[in-house]
Amino acid sequence: MRMIQKFFSALALSLTCVVAVAAGGDYPLDKAPNRLNDNAALQNGAKLFVNYCLNCHSAKSLRYNKLRDIGLTDAQIKESLLFTGEKVGDVMTIAMTASDGMAWFGAPPPDLSVIARAKSINAGPPGGDYIYTYLRTFYRDTSQPTGWNNLAFPNAGMPHVLWELQGEREMTKTVIRPTALDGTDAGWERLTTVYDAQGYWESSVEPLANYRGAASETHKFKAVDPQRAAQYENQAADIAAFMTWMAEPGQLKRKQIGVWVLLFLGIFFVVAWRLNAAYWKHIK
Amino acid sequence: MAGEKEVETTGVLGWVDHRFPLTSTIKAHLSEYYAPKNFNFWYFFGSLAMLVLVLQIVTGIFLVMHYKPDAAHAFDSVEYIMREVPGGWFVRYMHSTGASMFFVVVYLHMTRALIYGSYRKPRELVWIFGVGIFLCLMAEAFFGYLLPWGQMSYWGAQVIVNLFAAIPFIGPELAIWIRGDYVVSDATLNRFFAFHVIAIPLVLVGLVAAHIVALHEVGSNNPDGIDIKAKKDKYGRPLDGIPFHPYYTVHDIVGVAGFFIIFMAIVFFAPEMGGFFLEFNNFIPADPLKTPAHIAPVWYFTPFYSMLRATTDDFTWILAGASVIAAITMFFKTKGILKIIVPVVLLLVAVSLRLIDAKFWGVVAMGGAVVLLFFLPWLDYSPVRSIRYRPGWHKWLYGIFFANFLILGYLGTQPPSDVFNLMSQIGTVIYLAFFFLMPVWSRMGEFKPLPDRVVFTPH
Repeated sequence: MRMIQKFFSALALSLTCVVAVAAGGDYPLDKAPNRLNDNAALQNGAKLFVNYCLNCHSAKSLRYNKLRDIGLTDAQIKESLLFTGEKVGDVMTIAMTASDGMAWFGAPPPDLSVIARAKSINAGPPGGDYIYTYLRTFYRDTSQPTGWNNLAFPNAGMPHVLWELQGEREMTKTVIRPTALDGTDAGWERLTTVYDAQGYWESSVEPLANYRGAASETHKFKAVDPQRAAQYENQAADIAAFMTWMAEPGQLKRKQIGVWVLLFLGIFFVVAWRLNAAYWKHIK
Repeated sequence: MAGEKEVETTGVLGWVDHRFPLTSTIKAHLSEYYAPKNFNFWYFFGSLAMLVLVLQIVTGIFLVMHYKPDAAHAFDSVEYIMREVPGGWFVRYMHSTGASMFFVVVYLHMTRALIYGSYRKPRELVWIFGVGIFLCLMAEAFFGYLLPWGQMSYWGAQVIVNLFAAIPFIGPELAIWIRGDYVVSDATLNRFFAFHVIAIPLVLVGLVAAHIVALHEVGSNNPDGIDIKAKKDKYGRPLDGIPFHPYYTVHDIVGVAGFFIIFMAIVFFAPEMGGFFLEFNNFIPADPLKTPAHIAPVWYFTPFYSMLRATTDDFTWILAGASVIAAITMFFKTKGILKIIVPVVLLLVAVSLRLIDAKFWGVVAMGGAVVLLFFLPWLDYSPVRSIRYRPGWHKWLYGIFFANFLILGYLGTQPPSDVFNLMSQIGTVIYLAFFFLMPVWSRMGEFKPLPDRVVFTPH
């Protein structure tokens, strides 16, 4: 094989590998509620973000006092978001170093300033959907070093730091697949794996008679405390909204100005068009 | 005073005109520059390209005031511009949108030249300067794309610079020389910055000036592709010509207004354009240790990127076969010394297509697809310029060519697969055949009679 073919097969291979371990994967993303206009939700998201995320992840493009834009005062920021002697004008950095992150989690936790933009998909869902889904699909898995795994980001290095907010959950994974993996037509089977709240799992296989569908994989969560889990859905949405805001704090203002710009240009176009017609009416 | 020139103007303007050809330049290039009166929609894109060039230069100047060309700070300095520099986001989005819209405008401008035969005699130099501008624009976009120092910036540059390593013998050293390092690094960023803000813009502006001077020397073509200077009034003015100013200045303002509506709608409402103007992966800082799963260039390079990827080892058989057929044809069709030289060169190409690594030929295909355009004036043998008076099936041919170019563009954005690779190979053959066979097909068919005067309906 020549180099170019090697290059492409390597590219294809890395594609399948990276997709398997990195962001996205095949897991369908849930639509995050749009709360960019909801200051209360953004403020709650900011509080959760600063308390839970900002220990390992930095957001060094964001200054604390930028939170004025979502309705917080400097006093409120100082009171409830600054814990280790930062000033309101500081950017959101962390004390943990990249080498610590490497040692503890296998990779330094990325800066989250623009992560909501980075996780968007071409002509597809915005990154907020990914964050919303990611935060809600952790499950206990004792095979992982942290004891946690994630459906949106399989084998994630990050443990479920928000688990206390969500409460314990049990996850049932149902895989429908051909019985013979070598492709011979030997019928279909259903593999059910139940991960309990401690991360131990048990699998069972049952053959499916006369199954006419395709292969599939579905996941179902069962919360030990459904009320707490429901509340967490709301909190995850607030965090996703805040992180979407944080990725481009000026985005709402941008759209507001845009309306006026387009109105002006619309009028300008009509004037230019009529002016042109006035000149050209003499040209026969 | 002896030797003082005669001028018609008086006062301050007269003083200037005595010393500088101000009034005469304005007359020669604007108020007494006669342009055909039948320009249509396609003729907006020349002035729009000028507009975007100015926009890119002005926004670029403001970006350079805040951007830091340093691998440790580049990514953050872009976010700093986006968040903390007053109006910085607007300037940056204008610049990033402007880059893509520059290519939109230039591709449409080139399409116009293709369909109306604007590259034909006597406008060959206008066309050649134009292709030079297109090349500069590609270089400018490539160098500029490294500057935000995101993952796509980094790996895109890595892939493209590595292409130079495919050149036989000198390749690997050349690639290191270009990067200034063994991988894309701070050294690369600094030199790309220098090229992006100084070297290429200087050449670009010079070529644009040459493009316009050459155009005004021979006058514009028009949708009918006929010469308006053939019919003149008693003052020597073309009957179908009108002064550029005020008629086309006022006309182009309408184009500018329409263009700005689209441009600003993108800037204010969809600056990422779904990941095609600003790639989402580029919001992740460059990481030399983490290769992204799918490296795709920005959309305006993708047709050529497809041709690069299409050139696999198997595909060089097809290209080599085509060279052999061309060699045989040229042996029978040409006379004199060329009868020997041309076929021998073509046969050497055919042999080396199989001897040298396919990766190198991919680079040749990608570069050649652009360089081929330089020769267009000497490939087209049709007796008429404009598509309006060509045989009906020529229109289909052009339609296939443009559709093929768009499909190649789409394929270039997608991860490689067997089907897509086959499609890009067919697309590459179509693209190359369109130009290489042009001397044959362009004179075939029944051409329509040209009108005496341009076709014009008063507004």
